[in-house]
Amino acid sequence: MPPPAKQPNVRVVTLTIDGRDLSAREDETIIEVCRENQIPIPSLCYLEGLSVWGACRLCLVELAGQGRLLAACSTRVTEGMQIQTNTEKLQRYRRTIVELLFAERNHVCSVCVSNGHCELQYMAQKCGVDHVRVPYRQASYPVDSSHEMFRLDHDRCILCTRCVRVCDEIEGAHTWDVMGRGTECRVITDMAQPWGESDTCTSCGKCVQVCPTGALVKQGTSVGEMVKDQHFLPILARRRHAQ
Amino acid sequence: MSTSPKITVATTWLDGCSGCHMSFLDMDERLIELVQQVDIVYSPLVDTKTLPDHVDVGILEGSISSEDDLEKAHAFRKHCKILVSLGDCAVNGNVPAMRNHFKLADVVNHAYRDTVAVQPQTPTRGVPALLSVVKPIHGVVGVDVFVPGCPPSADAIWYVLSELIAGRTPDPSSVTRFGA
Repeated sequence: MPPPAKQPNVRVVTLTIDGRDLSAREDETIIEVCRENQIPIPSLCYLEGLSVWGACRLCLVELAGQGRLLAACSTRVTEGMQIQTNTEKLQRYRRTIVELLFAERNHVCSVCVSNGHCELQYMAQKCGVDHVRVPYRQASYPVDSSHEMFRLDHDRCILCTRCVRVCDEIEGAHTWDVMGRGTECRVITDMAQPWGESDTCTSCGKCVQVCPTGALVKQGTSVGEMVKDQHFLPILARRRHAQ
Repeated sequence: MSTSPKITVATTWLDGCSGCHMSFLDMDERLIELVQQVDIVYSPLVDTKTLPDHVDVGILEGSISSEDDLEKAHAFRKHCKILVSLGDCAVNGNVPAMRNHFKLADVVNHAYRDTVAVQPQTPTRGVPALLSVVKPIHGVVGVDVFVPGCPPSADAIWYVLSELIAGRTPDPSSVTRFGA
């Protein structure tokens, strides 16, 4: 679902984030308020301009009076909220989440075309992941090079579904989708056909640009050459939602 | 850490490309400064044939891919006070671990028979048996310091060694990352 248009008449609420007194519109989410106030919150599936998915759980925050952690991207602010964004507990959870992402598929950074330009790699360094404490699954996943311009490497996919959402909500093609469950879960084009045979793909490349890792890349790129540009997204999203 | 003015350092190269040792040498003129603070008692870079009983810092490059790698890792853990996992192969398996997708017999056959035109044969003498699964160092022995990177830069290695020499615990995440 696309993000709902902002209502013209909404109340303003006051809250504290990391001890700072802040005010925000009540239709905003915690992550939006944090980004507006330069409070860093890590995220992989969240991307400004796309609908909220809440899958990666890296943006978990602690809320006073709540036993469980809440995803900042999918929780709206309310009056009097007291939020902590970077406690030791959150750092521990985030580190574990990133480690599990590395252990699940085969992200061999040194031979990845997105090496040096990868959000997962950056997140690992940011969260202090210098090794993975759980055994690697070592499962095999295929590569789809059938598209003449782009390539899909499931080994490097973290199932953030940014590609699915940008294709549906911004491009309007809905070529991408998700199939399977658990570790068998993977992104697909059309009815799990090779990407190059897709009838709906417009070859616009938006999915490639929003992909945080080396899962979706341009053909012909070598190690470290795939640099992504996501500046177009908020602009296109605003124009789309203004229609 | 030793109370003597110099600390002892041992390094070895398991399943990897030796790029981490090359990066070590890339410290250039800082090596002279380093030599005044450490004794390299065992390494592919020196001629000593046996690992001493007591070493302050052991540095392992490469992943655990064969029986020989396994033995060396256990020996380093046993004789070194601090064990450093140096580089992506040591820390996460990296390129050597990409063979884990295939059966070992298929890998060996591909390397020594399928792609060889003259006298295809699998070597059995003088080479250690390969393990079926390639593992990072901490998959078989405990590791104290992890230094990711392919290879970690000379600056990163210098930082880690300097911290260890000073008796501090380094934070390699501040200077290197996977694939760096």
